Amino acid sequence: MNFDFSDDQKQLRDEARRFLTEKCPPKAVRAVIDGKAPYDRELWKGLADMGFLGVAIPEAFGGSGAGHLELCVIAEEMGRALAPVPFSSTVYLAAEALLLAGSDAQKQKWLPAIAQGNAIGTLALFEGSGNPSPKAIKLAAANGVLNGTKKPVADGAIADFAIVAARTGSTGRDSDIALFLVDLTSEGVEAKALTSIDPSRNQAEISFKNVKAEPLGAANEGWSILSQVLDRAAVLIGFEQVGGSDRALEMGRDYALDRIAFGRQIGSFQAVKHMLADMYVSATLARSNCYYGAWALSTNASELPEAAAAARISATQAFQHCSKNNIQVHGGMGFTWEFDCHLYYRRSNAVAVGLGSLSYWEDQLIERMRQKNAA
Amino acid sequence: MNFDDTPQEAAFRAEAKAWIAAHAPKQYEDELKKAALGRIQLKSANILEVAKAWQKKKADAGWAVPHWPKDYGGRGASPIERVIWQQEEGVFGKLGTLFIIGHGMCGPTMMAYAAEEHKRQYLPPLASGEKIWCQLFSEPAGGSDVAGLRTRAEKDGDDWLINGQKIWTSGAHYSDYGILITRTDPTVPKHKGLTMFFLDMKSPGVEVKPIKQANGQAEFNEVYFTDVRIPDSQRLGAVGDGWNVSLTTLMNERMAIGANVATGFPELFEFCSSLMLDDGPAIDDPAVRSKLANWAVRASGLRYTAFRSISALSRGERPGPENSIGKLVAGAMLQDVATYALDLQGAAGVLNGPEDAEVAGKFQAMLLRSPATRVEGGTDEILRNIIAERVLGLPGDIRVDKDVPFNKIPTKGR
Repeated sequence: MNFDFSDDQKQLRDEARRFLTEKCPPKAVRAVIDGKAPYDRELWKGLADMGFLGVAIPEAFGGSGAGHLELCVIAEEMGRALAPVPFSSTVYLAAEALLLAGSDAQKQKWLPAIAQGNAIGTLALFEGSGNPSPKAIKLAAANGVLNGTKKPVADGAIADFAIVAARTGSTGRDSDIALFLVDLTSEGVEAKALTSIDPSRNQAEISFKNVKAEPLGAANEGWSILSQVLDRAAVLIGFEQVGGSDRALEMGRDYALDRIAFGRQIGSFQAVKHMLADMYVSATLARSNCYYGAWALSTNASELPEAAAAARISATQAFQHCSKNNIQVHGGMGFTWEFDCHLYYRRSNAVAVGLGSLSYWEDQLIERMRQKNAA
Repeated sequence: MNFDDTPQEAAFRAEAKAWIAAHAPKQYEDELKKAALGRIQLKSANILEVAKAWQKKKADAGWAVPHWPKDYGGRGASPIERVIWQQEEGVFGKLGTLFIIGHGMCGPTMMAYAAEEHKRQYLPPLASGEKIWCQLFSEPAGGSDVAGLRTRAEKDGDDWLINGQKIWTSGAHYSDYGILITRTDPTVPKHKGLTMFFLDMKSPGVEVKPIKQANGQAEFNEVYFTDVRIPDSQRLGAVGDGWNVSLTTLMNERMAIGANVATGFPELFEFCSSLMLDDGPAIDDPAVRSKLANWAVRASGLRYTAFRSISALSRGERPGPENSIGKLVAGAMLQDVATYALDLQGAAGVLNGPEDAEVAGKFQAMLLRSPATRVEGGTDEILRNIIAERVLGLPGDIRVDKDVPFNKIPTKGR
């Protein structure tokens, strides 16, 4: 059994950490939060130069073709650094959708551009409150023309193209849903930036008025493709959450070692030690669940849907747990704008709902386990 | 990343699998599968006899304690081969419960500190299950604070005279030998005045009394020592070095991987799949699903954490600190799972008669036994301290008794 990343993959992780430590310190995250730019363009270009954007894109489409395990270790570092760039939208969602269902021409057009840092992509799925569901998709597609509104769309105001989930029929079946690829510079597209609890990442509302769009994948398979994309992204975002959990835990641990109260390090009080130990437990469970997700993702195993849901739940819980208790360990200083604790708190709660809520994934996990048991 | 064996591992697994298939006591397989948490019993046979017979059969073929050296009753298997053996032994491994303390704690301590002739004399029958060993550490005044123990050992010629009391000794009532930690010098700080021995449990002056537990069973004992004589040749380590000897034992056991630690989740999942609520099967209820999902990811998280540790062993490395979370997560989970399973049964959850209760009262038994899982072998709080100090590098507790001679430490709170 070798249920671990290879030495090469670990080296890649170290390389990504070194790069991000230098190019993405907290002040780079704060520059985006303060509204100086919608995302860190220089960092985005740097990620492209490092080959990180195309690590899971085959060489034939301009990537390095290394694979998904390599993407997992990079994702962990992106989460750890709270990188203020459209990485998850472009790489986990748009590129994965293209890889799964894109035509050769679509892949040739967009994947090399993604790998080079010249195209930002996203997935336009949600239409207001609610979780991923065919019923919740109202945006209409008729004869290749889209009408409707998507909100929230992660990185929607900075994206060059979007994969749009649209309704093509009203039979009540999953086959009513089709995916479309839309160049967001097309006529009739209007993107408006929205404010969110995590301003280090862009959120937008995109309206489509008689927008011509090309189908992505077979018309009746939209929902099925979408489900697979969400599962893949759940694992990859899980690694971002694991990276964020670890960093929040380290920040709490370091503060507990530095801070003196009642004449001793606060990390010598059991109340504080036990809180940090529990954060370690959450982070460890999440990491192990995500490793299993990584294995399932990289081998395209039939276990992926179950593994992805477990990774998603475990990693969401861990990041929320670690980021909120990091503030608690810091006490009042943790609630200042100056300390970085809130950056992790914001990110953890934003990604917790970004791919559908915890309760949605809980339901998915048990449904998938139930189906497997019944089979 | 893969779950495949190396060629050597695959060969070892095939050999183990074939031997187990040919020799395991399959007539008890179903009963062992259903065995509830706590003391394992068989309806059709005496568990002690069945367990000893299986252990002896394994010993004759060299499978008794595979990772021990050949000279002491093992086969010199590597740590990863030990795990593979455990995986293949599967449900029959439950028969080894009686020998866990002896093989996991007493044997390694003997191996590290006993004289060579004693190792050759005592270890092979310990490996083969012909002799059962217990570990005499905890005392009424020394639970989590083991070093606060008060059992005295006083030199008398070439012997030591032991007086005092141990508690929570698993299996003392059927043990042949034990390792015993005692206080030999009460005038120095507590960790410095301890000395370790091994002894024959049939020695005059040893009295074993079972403890009736809160759940009505009796897995543990009190052991009283009145002028028990132990020859100095049975001392393990130097006089005053008993604390370090005990740590060696504990460190050794950290290499063990709990790959199949009981969480109660598979049982609860199965129960929720069959239990009918007013609106249909429990498993279709969103509130039930949310609870189940939370436990599902803890159970899978533990499973894959063990896989990570096993992978380290496979590479010939020590498992990382992640190995330390198992009991902390599983212990609390068992209790929560049992509580919830009763809750799902409504008022009838109170009943535990095999005919009246769902799943023959399994969850009721789990509920009543589970408080002990959060205490035995290190309380939840001690485990959190260990993670905080050894994994996260936080300071140790401030110990007010650290530099105080043992006999000057207060013994009562008020």
